[in-house]
Amino acid sequence: MDFLTTNGSWPILSVLIFLPLCGALVLPLLPGDRGARVWTLIVTFVNAGLSLKLYTGFDASTAKYQFGETVPWIPSLNINYTLGVDGISLLLVLMTTLIMPLCVLCSWRAVSSRVKSFFVCILLMETSMLGVFMALDFVLFYVFWEAMLIPMFLLIGVWGGPRKVYASVKFFLYTLAGSVLLPVAIIALYLHAHTFSIPELMGQPYSAMLQNWVFLAFFLAFAIKVPMFPFHTWLPAAHVEAPTAGSVLLASVLLKMGAYGFLRFCLPMTPVGVETFGPFVLALSVVGIIYGGLTALAQSDMKRLVAYSSVAHMGFVTLGIFVLNPRGIEGAILQMVNHGITTGALFLCVGMIYERTHSRELATATGIGRVMPVYVTLLALFGLSSMAFPGTNSFVGEFLVLAGSFAFSTKMAALTIPGVVLSAAYMLRMLQRVIWGGTDNPDTSHLTDLNWREIVTLAPLAAFVLWIGLAPTPFMDVFHVSVAHLIEQVRAGLPL
Amino acid sequence: MTTPSESYSLLLALMAPLVGAVLVMLTGRRPNVREACSFTAAGVMFATVASLVKPVLAGEKLVCHLATILPGVSVTLRADCLSMVFALVASFLWIITVLYSLGYMRGLHEHAQTRFSACFALALFGAIGCAFADNLFTLYLFYEIVSITTYPLVAHHQDAEGYQGGRKYLVYLTTTAKGLVLPAMILIYVMCGTLDFSDNIRTGIFPNGTSRVLVTVVYVCLLLGFAKNGVMPFHNWLPGAMVAPTPVSALLHAVAVVKVGVFSTTRVMLFVFGVDTMDAFNLGIPTAYFVSFTILAASLIALSKDNLKARLAYSTVSQLSYIILGVALLTPAGIQGGIVHIANHAFAKITLFFCAGAIYVATHRKNISQMRGLGRVMPFTFAAFAVASLSMIGAPPVAGFITKWYLLVGAIDARQIGIIVVLLASTILNVAYFAPVVYQAYFGKLAAGDSHEGLKEASPALLAPLLISALISVVIGFYPDFFMSFIKGMFL
Repeated sequence: MDFLTTNGSWPILSVLIFLPLCGALVLPLLPGDRGARVWTLIVTFVNAGLSLKLYTGFDASTAKYQFGETVPWIPSLNINYTLGVDGISLLLVLMTTLIMPLCVLCSWRAVSSRVKSFFVCILLMETSMLGVFMALDFVLFYVFWEAMLIPMFLLIGVWGGPRKVYASVKFFLYTLAGSVLLPVAIIALYLHAHTFSIPELMGQPYSAMLQNWVFLAFFLAFAIKVPMFPFHTWLPAAHVEAPTAGSVLLASVLLKMGAYGFLRFCLPMTPVGVETFGPFVLALSVVGIIYGGLTALAQSDMKRLVAYSSVAHMGFVTLGIFVLNPRGIEGAILQMVNHGITTGALFLCVGMIYERTHSRELATATGIGRVMPVYVTLLALFGLSSMAFPGTNSFVGEFLVLAGSFAFSTKMAALTIPGVVLSAAYMLRMLQRVIWGGTDNPDTSHLTDLNWREIVTLAPLAAFVLWIGLAPTPFMDVFHVSVAHLIEQVRAGLPL
Repeated sequence: MTTPSESYSLLLALMAPLVGAVLVMLTGRRPNVREACSFTAAGVMFATVASLVKPVLAGEKLVCHLATILPGVSVTLRADCLSMVFALVASFLWIITVLYSLGYMRGLHEHAQTRFSACFALALFGAIGCAFADNLFTLYLFYEIVSITTYPLVAHHQDAEGYQGGRKYLVYLTTTAKGLVLPAMILIYVMCGTLDFSDNIRTGIFPNGTSRVLVTVVYVCLLLGFAKNGVMPFHNWLPGAMVAPTPVSALLHAVAVVKVGVFSTTRVMLFVFGVDTMDAFNLGIPTAYFVSFTILAASLIALSKDNLKARLAYSTVSQLSYIILGVALLTPAGIQGGIVHIANHAFAKITLFFCAGAIYVATHRKNISQMRGLGRVMPFTFAAFAVASLSMIGAPPVAGFITKWYLLVGAIDARQIGIIVVLLASTILNVAYFAPVVYQAYFGKLAAGDSHEGLKEASPALLAPLLISALISVVIGFYPDFFMSFIKGMFL
């Protein structure tokens, strides 16, 4: 296993994955709802603290998978329990562990029925999400990938809004349909290479035909998850109906899995497929950017607005990935993290308004700048971040993606510029309405500004917005080598 | 060029308005303390900028590195000759505008004065950041900060008209910044690998052999994208923003907003493209003719406006293009005339707006047709107005004359008869739209049914700033060397 290095003496990755699971097992035994909340907060907080060890112990000078663990699982089929993180997955893992305590905090009052079951679902989500980013065995990956659907389905279906059943079933069917071909592709690769090890499956001399078919199977699964236009229709429904914590998890982590899949599987395993279908993916990305922006501009429901903005932002991510140059891919990875922070924060903000007015309509939350100054200040920060205002995190990511795209093709990159303008249009429109409104604002004098719990929920994200915006180097240093290695793998896999 | 030396004065000048804004918000309940905070911040900023005069004139290039975003992209401040012209004007005029706002806002019992003062300080934060930007990213960052922080000022009245003007303002400025400046900036980064400005006005930053088409596209994007410069066709936000209270209009037109636009344009023309590239790719003279259209068209529109502020707004659109025209001539005299107009126009135009505001506070009149004979009631205000008008027209001995002189020399050096004609025609138009205002005010007969009973000069807090700025216009006319010495320093 020369692709794997072990740092430290204890299996930190397994601990990170299974600590939440153990927490979920203990949780039903605790007395009272308050105990469940506090316990979940403690578990997620400890997990977040432990995960920092990954950052401090990470060796950024190698593209190898670090903190590796491997144990035979089904030896007859050569299936192993293999875990490891590299520069591409490290930030996603850290973001996931960081977001979890915030999800618990934002559900403190918002969830009042079946509290214990809710937090069990949240903890199970954490286990499966971390598993997806850490798994280095395809079967293990697939187990976590599918395991995630169930708690998410329950989060939307049980604690969601009025159309929760419709939304949860739609979410479930879409993602399941996408994943149907994933095991087929995995087995096809296995029959060729006789291994399920993800690193070993990379760089194999598969035939062009096989690569093209496998790419398409991968693409369907990941494009639905991203979601790319035209596979995005499950997203607004799921976002709107999900409880705030569910929306945050969807936006911050689940959407990243599709893009992560492209980076981890499509690029290194099926470079020929990437070459063949890359232009189509780029075209879909550009369409997604424009379409997401236009649709967001037309929304009167704040949650839908943020949901459609996700379609546009994820368009930038796939755009960056498929221009296949270092700036594009680095920008895409950074933009995945940025989108997790910013859009997660925007969903938290919308949730806070919903708790007060029981409506997500822009019209009811108009002109609240006077009564909720702290809230609108934070909302403005995240809104500006979402429109890639210079000095915020998204600017750096978007700048890199666009720089990569302009280097790839000036004309194609120029087509995305209307999308950039649209992002300013819909975000400024929302901010204007919420902060200022018009001359006939509804009476909002009964609304109260954020309490300490809510400020604590948003503050870390606000800090990251400015930190990544003004000093992204510590975040970007971890993936330079991995990205360079990835591009090398793609180049090596292409016929001369 | 000497090696850059690190200077924290730059950071202090930048932080003064930001800290000032925070203090204004914290002390909002006590208006006198709040106003004192504004004054102090403005004073600190001006004093800090003034302390840089000596080293910059001695040829030092001061820098202050704040953050690294990417290789070749950073937040860095620099003080060189060009930045000092703008920084000195902006920081000085802020002081007298604070005094004026105090008289104006209290005189009219305006609402939300705390928000007003805080946003005012934030706008200056953006403006001074632009002045001291050391690279295109820093410039863009502060340019966008100005756009966002001036929105509350434009929409200050929070009525339908205010929101409409504010909306137009944001739509124009953010669309052009995101749609044109951002892609241009990224293309420059892809071509050059850096966004840092060059150290001199000649070489620019493009490597040899860069595609002429791409450079031209980038140039056009930047010229139109910095829409705060008021170049047609993206000028319409400016008259729309006239709904703002008058001190804001004065600030927008003289200091923070439009000057940020032209300053950015000239900074980019000289320190990104450079005279040599502009010359080689023939970008200069076409630009001069392109903005000539704005100069003449805006003057013609100004003639048709009866609302004094609207007439001044179109006058601004026209005058800003002088600055770009001068630089685009690419001759030393042209560049000097263009850049010195940043200062000359600032002092004259702020006087004119202060006068318009003083007239409104004292008489509640906005239209020129209602101002007949008003000069006999408000002699000082209209005297200042007359002096500033002369500067706009370009008559000696007021500051504007210096501009016109250098621009004409520049046009002759560049052998452009067309530009000379444009400058002369525009001078006549300036006379045509300013002279009647002054003449009617002093010598016009009152309209039937009009009476001046009970009208008198506005309060000293309004009168003092406009007299000071008018006086400075005259002083610069007699002693142009102060600003000129900076501009000449750019050629070293």
